[in-house]
Amino acid sequence: MRKYFIKRLLQLIPLLIGISLISFFVMHLAPGDPTALFIDPNVRPEELARVRANWGLDQPVYIQYFLWLKNACLLDFGQSYTTGQPVIYEIAQRLPVTLLLMVPAFLITLLITIPVGVISAVRKGSWFDNTVTFLSFTGMAMPTFWLGLMLMLLFSVKLHWFPAVGNLILPLLTMTLGNLAGLTRYQRSAMLEVLGQDFIRAARAKGLPERVVIFKHALRNALIPIVTILGLSLPDLFGGAFIIETIFAWPGMGRLGVQSIFQRDYPVIMGIVMFSALLIVIANLLADLGYSLVDPRIRYGKE
Amino acid sequence: MLDNNLKNSPQLIVGNLSVVYPGVKAVANVSFSLAKGATLGIAGESGSGKSTIALALMKLIAPPGRITSGEIIFDGKNLLKLSDAEMVRVRGAKISMIFQDPFTSLNPVFTVGEQIAEAVRLHQGLGRAAAWAAAVKRLEAVHIKEAERRAHDYPHQFSGGMRQRVMIAMALACRPQLLIADEPTTALDTTIQLEIIQLLKEVQAEFNLSVIFITHNFGIVKAFCRDVLVINKGSVVETGPVAAVLSRPQSSYTRKLLDALRIINRE
Repeated sequence: MRKYFIKRLLQLIPLLIGISLISFFVMHLAPGDPTALFIDPNVRPEELARVRANWGLDQPVYIQYFLWLKNACLLDFGQSYTTGQPVIYEIAQRLPVTLLLMVPAFLITLLITIPVGVISAVRKGSWFDNTVTFLSFTGMAMPTFWLGLMLMLLFSVKLHWFPAVGNLILPLLTMTLGNLAGLTRYQRSAMLEVLGQDFIRAARAKGLPERVVIFKHALRNALIPIVTILGLSLPDLFGGAFIIETIFAWPGMGRLGVQSIFQRDYPVIMGIVMFSALLIVIANLLADLGYSLVDPRIRYGKE
Repeated sequence: MLDNNLKNSPQLIVGNLSVVYPGVKAVANVSFSLAKGATLGIAGESGSGKSTIALALMKLIAPPGRITSGEIIFDGKNLLKLSDAEMVRVRGAKISMIFQDPFTSLNPVFTVGEQIAEAVRLHQGLGRAAAWAAAVKRLEAVHIKEAERRAHDYPHQFSGGMRQRVMIAMALACRPQLLIADEPTTALDTTIQLEIIQLLKEVQAEFNLSVIFITHNFGIVKAFCRDVLVINKGSVVETGPVAAVLSRPQSSYTRKLLDALRIINRE
């Protein structure tokens, strides 16, 4: 088991190099130039050229990449073009702000998804199940940015309950609602599948009360696919943060990312891409670990 | 004692039992009785309704199916009149059931010891340690070697025959009076089938069980049962002592089943 996870961690190295390679070149393919910030009649061409040379932008792209990679191996991701601060520092400042949004969104989603999905499956076809089904499909059909704007329109502009920006509630609500819809469906169908299994009938046959049959025998099995889905949905959560933080002017990593892209702040973009990639891969590794905890049939590295 | 009063009356009386699924009458007016310690075979082809009878006795017919009429008198009480909560105290404690497929009838995420012990904890109110010890004892009773260690294993770590042994241990956990075995050997290899039949005979004597044995195989009926109930399309076509039914079948359906068996045996 430990060997398996060490192997998985080592596999991270080529993966991260691959991700960095692709994002670096795609980033440079996009039109625009960081020095566009300096477009100003007062800046002399020599000055501009000096800045470009200083940032390494006068080199061919592949040289720039290798320089970046060399420094990145030493955990030096360079300085932001706009603020002059080290990229690591910029990210470290923004990360807690993003986590303040993501962690509660994730936990609230779990707390609602599991019981609602279970009740929906157990009371299949009831008004509760039908309502949940209707709401989930509605939720899944709504793009995050649209939902965010509509919530802002309703709660900030019309009702004046919350300020439109700088408040935790609305972005949290947007993020939770977006994730909730799909996950509840997954939990419901996972549960429905398990409830049809022979061992559920066998559990009833040995006289277990329905409560034990559902919450012990069925739920434990229905959590297996959910753990996988949760691992896979973390990238969505991160992607969602880019949009939601921008809409609600939430000063986290997502917003920093979007700003950096608009400003062609290459070091910061690369820093955020690499950091997100790392977080996502680690989350998937944790999901695998969780998977082996809930399903005794899976023991990694035991062939 | 209650037992003495009931000594001479049948342990189970089923009267005019009918089960309906939307559009299908799966079981129609089935009646039979079972003396204490006796073995009854319920024989019929797949789809004849024999498994539905087994589930109806446990009141485990899954909706939209339902029991539409009849009575199931067990130990002097009509099970059809019991509430869900009262029925939970009958299942596993007084009437147990084992199923056709031991591969899918055990929960993959719990150890076999836990799956046996949980019923003991609930029905007999024993603590964790005592219930676990009871589970290990049952595993020994069905001849699982190193029961103490094996109790910590998960179902996928057992072979098919061993899993059916575990299912039997689970069914016996709370010393029930009646065991319903629904095609318990059908999913197993031929050599293992014999072992399981022998084991069932052995535990029947040891636990003083009444047994209802549901099967499509007259060979098993002959080897295991004293009486037989032949079912076709949800109705009883013939009933009586196994020897009599096999030597002088009265209904054409029974003759057809027996002929088929003889042809297979000859080949």
